[in-house]
Amino acid sequence: MSQKSNSAGNGVGHAAGSEDRYAEATQLQLTWWRFKKHKLALLSLWIVAFFYLIAIFADVLAINDPQATDARRSYIPPQGIHLFDDGNFRPHVNGLKGTRDLKTFKLAYTPDPAKKLPVRLFARGYSYHLFGLIPTDIHVLGVEGGEAVDGLFLLGTDQLGRDLYSRLVVATRISLSIGLAGVGLSLLLGILLGGLSGLYGGIVDTVIQRVIEMVRSIPTIPLWMGLAAALPNTWSVTQVYFAITLIISLFGWTELARVVRGRFLALREEDFVIAAELAGASQLRIIFRHMLPSFASHVIAATSLALPAMIISETSLSFLGLGLRAPAISWGILLQDAQNVQVLAGAPWLLLAAVPVILVILAFNFLGDGLRDAADPYG
Amino acid sequence: MLNFLARRLLIAAMTCVMISILTFVIIRLPPGDFVDAYIANLAASGSTVTAEQATALRREYGLDRSVFVQYGLWISRVVRGDFGISMMWRRPVTEVIGDRLWLTMVVSFSALFLTWMIALPIGIYSAVRQYSIGDYAATLLGFIGLAIPNFLLALILMYAGFRYFGLAIGGLFSAEYAEAPWSWARAWDLAKHVPLPACVLALAGTAQLIRIMRANLLDELRKPYVVTARAKGISERRLLLKYPVRAALNPFASAVAYLFPYLVSGSIVVSLVLGLPTVGPLLLQALVAQDMYLAGSIVLLLGLLTVIGTLVSDLLLMWIEPRIRLEGRG
Repeated sequence: MSQKSNSAGNGVGHAAGSEDRYAEATQLQLTWWRFKKHKLALLSLWIVAFFYLIAIFADVLAINDPQATDARRSYIPPQGIHLFDDGNFRPHVNGLKGTRDLKTFKLAYTPDPAKKLPVRLFARGYSYHLFGLIPTDIHVLGVEGGEAVDGLFLLGTDQLGRDLYSRLVVATRISLSIGLAGVGLSLLLGILLGGLSGLYGGIVDTVIQRVIEMVRSIPTIPLWMGLAAALPNTWSVTQVYFAITLIISLFGWTELARVVRGRFLALREEDFVIAAELAGASQLRIIFRHMLPSFASHVIAATSLALPAMIISETSLSFLGLGLRAPAISWGILLQDAQNVQVLAGAPWLLLAAVPVILVILAFNFLGDGLRDAADPYG
Repeated sequence: MLNFLARRLLIAAMTCVMISILTFVIIRLPPGDFVDAYIANLAASGSTVTAEQATALRREYGLDRSVFVQYGLWISRVVRGDFGISMMWRRPVTEVIGDRLWLTMVVSFSALFLTWMIALPIGIYSAVRQYSIGDYAATLLGFIGLAIPNFLLALILMYAGFRYFGLAIGGLFSAEYAEAPWSWARAWDLAKHVPLPACVLALAGTAQLIRIMRANLLDELRKPYVVTARAKGISERRLLLKYPVRAALNPFASAVAYLFPYLVSGSIVVSLVLGLPTVGPLLLQALVAQDMYLAGSIVLLLGLLTVIGTLVSDLLLMWIEPRIRLEGRG
């Protein structure tokens, strides 16, 4: 009997506890709890985090110098690592022997089983500055010894003999950061204009809404191409990078502005906003203290949905040769090499640069969907 | 209805003005002006231009006046159909562009049409048979369309066609019709080549529209009037097509208005990959060669045609959506 009542009491206590937990949770916690239920979105969050980690530690993860060219190792196919040598665990790659086909003048590579290059963890390779600060030459993987042709090319090489794997890893840095920078700028424009539109309504709203409609009805790629092509040739990589970001976000802010405006319109009528107004809070205080926390999650969701579009934009522009220029490395620049069927027929591995693009775009889309669903914890 | 029409026309006109200003900016962005480029071009072919001649040329084109006057002069020439001279080809811009603009529109409109034709039945199917295998397949297709930028899809298709079928995918005409004058045979040849690029272009939009259609129709199907109709014994097919589908069509139609600019944009990059004789490759060449009158005119014409296309789809929306037709009648 006592046991029974005890367990019942426990049950009630537990239920009350979880209700308390629910009632006392902050907006952020509620959003997070709801988000966690969305398995695909959670997985996507990990994938996105993984790619950003790659971007941060790009140089450590790269094996060969992404800029080093060597005509003797043009179009090497992807190489595998042999883990065992005579039954012992001794990871190695075979050295390559390049012979020129006298008909096509292409280099054909045959692995040379006698030549074994040991693969080492945390080996020394080309030197770089970690985080742009610490000079070092440690890389997670590397091979020892060998001549120019010998090396570890996990995903093969391009025409100029540059290691595709290392280039892909380093490209992550630009491709992912340009999306963030572009979205940051778009967000600024979107919040400013959308906020003005939603807050003041009337003529301001009408004008901004019409401008959004106009911007949305313009085909963007031709305009981007025109603006991007007009950037002077003499500009440095950094200048071009920021100019491209600016060009992309110039047309990318409309969706964010729409979301912000919608939230402003919805919240303006809410009881707590009216209460704050009646209590004499200033306009700025109402916006930042009362309204912003309740629509921040919506804005974050819209932002993560806008990111893939930015990444696609940069990739398309660079693919066309109008975006970033070599020596910058981005996914679009890598795909530029794969533009032509003749090249692809000989070196299909160049198309591998498409894989991270597709993965990241998918992950951002799922993440954004999950965030959007989670943004309204009471819904 | 007139109110709606007037507002649409006004927005379209304002968008055209905005596009023309942006185009003018693009034309003027590279350092140096038209006459500098012209002189450099002539110098390359051996003839020289004196300083007086250059000044005369500048005056003729109004390049010595303020930016606003220059814009006015340029736009008045454009309105009369004079887009200037292409540096690269040394021919009037209109002549260089020729058929390409129409081919761009043929491809984009085909893609739009295809988007509708695919998305509508699949969207209805997905909503009616929610969580069936077909629904999941449509969702999967949607994710693929979402994740693969269309130029990448074109690239992958082209490689697959070459690798596994030995086909050279690409182009809009067979070799024997490429330079031939227009005839029925040529048009038929075009019709045979359009579906592939149209499919590539349509995929992303289709994915989006399927999701919209599915969500809208699901909302409609849960409404009480559907239950009432079913209780009264109306056949399932009629029940579906008569009301819920029609009600769910509205957002579907308005989605087309923002899909069209997107399709035109996409056709530029896809054309480059697939080697289509649209304005895409021409635009890229012009931009690389800094042939700004040609590039600017292409941007302008594409923009204007897109605005017209969007307007057409708005009118279509008005035709489908009674609420707009009745607007203002109180």
